[in-house]
Amino acid sequence: MEFKDYYKVMGVARDATEAQIKQAYRRLARKYHPDVSKEKDAEARFKELGEAYEVLKNPEKRAAYDQLGQRHSAGEEFQPPPDWGAGFEFSGAGSGGPGYSDFFESLFGRAAGNRGRGGVNQGRGEDHHAKVLLDLDASLQGGSRSFTLRVPEVDAEGRLGLKERVLNVQIPKGILGGQSIRLAGQGARPAGAGKAGDLYLEIDFKPHPQFRIDGRDLYLDLPVAPWEAALGATVKTPTPGGIVDLRIPAGSHAGSKLRLKGRGIPASPPGDFYVVLEIALPAAADDNAKAAYRALAAALPFNPRANLGV
Amino acid sequence: MPPTDAPLSAAIFEDYAILSLEELSRLCAVEAQRIIELVEEGILDILEAGSVEWRFSGACVRRARLALRLQRDLEVNLAGVALALDLMDDIEQLRRELRRRRH
Repeated sequence: MEFKDYYKVMGVARDATEAQIKQAYRRLARKYHPDVSKEKDAEARFKELGEAYEVLKNPEKRAAYDQLGQRHSAGEEFQPPPDWGAGFEFSGAGSGGPGYSDFFESLFGRAAGNRGRGGVNQGRGEDHHAKVLLDLDASLQGGSRSFTLRVPEVDAEGRLGLKERVLNVQIPKGILGGQSIRLAGQGARPAGAGKAGDLYLEIDFKPHPQFRIDGRDLYLDLPVAPWEAALGATVKTPTPGGIVDLRIPAGSHAGSKLRLKGRGIPASPPGDFYVVLEIALPAAADDNAKAAYRALAAALPFNPRANLGV
Repeated sequence: MPPTDAPLSAAIFEDYAILSLEELSRLCAVEAQRIIELVEEGILDILEAGSVEWRFSGACVRRARLALRLQRDLEVNLAGVALALDLMDDIEQLRRELRRRRH
């Protein structure tokens, strides 16, 4: 286990005041909160930050940690000394949770003490919530998918740990990003008798190689040749339901949007499928192609910059 | 643990769930008073405003949990949470608009 430098994590000096620590936490929490942050490693950074704050905001824990810090530096291999914690009385039971690092837990312990907050879950296990990444096809076609979840579990000694479990789930056809599946009885089991809680899986879609997802609607950028857009054509187009013959109306241009009503995600009501046209230009790669472009230029009096006044 | 043989099956929660104040509180693991505060701040909408018994749509679970996480983790008050949520909604709208126009 590595020694963690909580002062470095929070970007504060070792003699920082409580106010400075609080300020640093708030600033960094806004930056790395997984719900608002776009940073790549936001979730890991936020956990580390929460852990550092948990220690440094609490005078007892901070004092104990500071004693250790005089003997260790960040990244160093670390085992808590045998006399660790002697002479300190930490408020409450351990305040760790499943999200804390081994380092934190070796110092401050983990406890199942924050479960069933406010006694709202008496006689019934806690509900669990997990976010899962799903491929779009699962919603389009339905079908089963397996997810690996890390769930907190209380062991025989009453300590809270993380356990991996694989769940095989039938995906309801037409589910949308942000919606969830409630699996009754798949949450936590209560310590005594009583019903297990439920498990809620919140859906988030992986990016699709062809279609863009916008709520229940799907978008496809479809390249067409200039003459297909100008004269109209029937072209093969991939859609969620398979390849179809799509009629491109004459006089279409780049950005023209064709709507296939009800061909998006099969939710209720079903979404639409939009085809957005892109004009692909053939390269003037050989003499034939160059001649064709010159003939076109000669035949068409065309100023693409007319509306720029030049 | 290997996956169970038959996949677990359930409908889309948001399609059927209508929640009482107690049910929503339990799903968010907070006292009902905390949910009432979210409604009073305009963060959560009740179905059929004006009815005696409050009812919430299933989509309120996600929003309430998000609001409570922001309140706890960022140490902001409810007005701040409400503002953050409104701005997050706006950003999501803009992202969707970008996805529609991407070329």
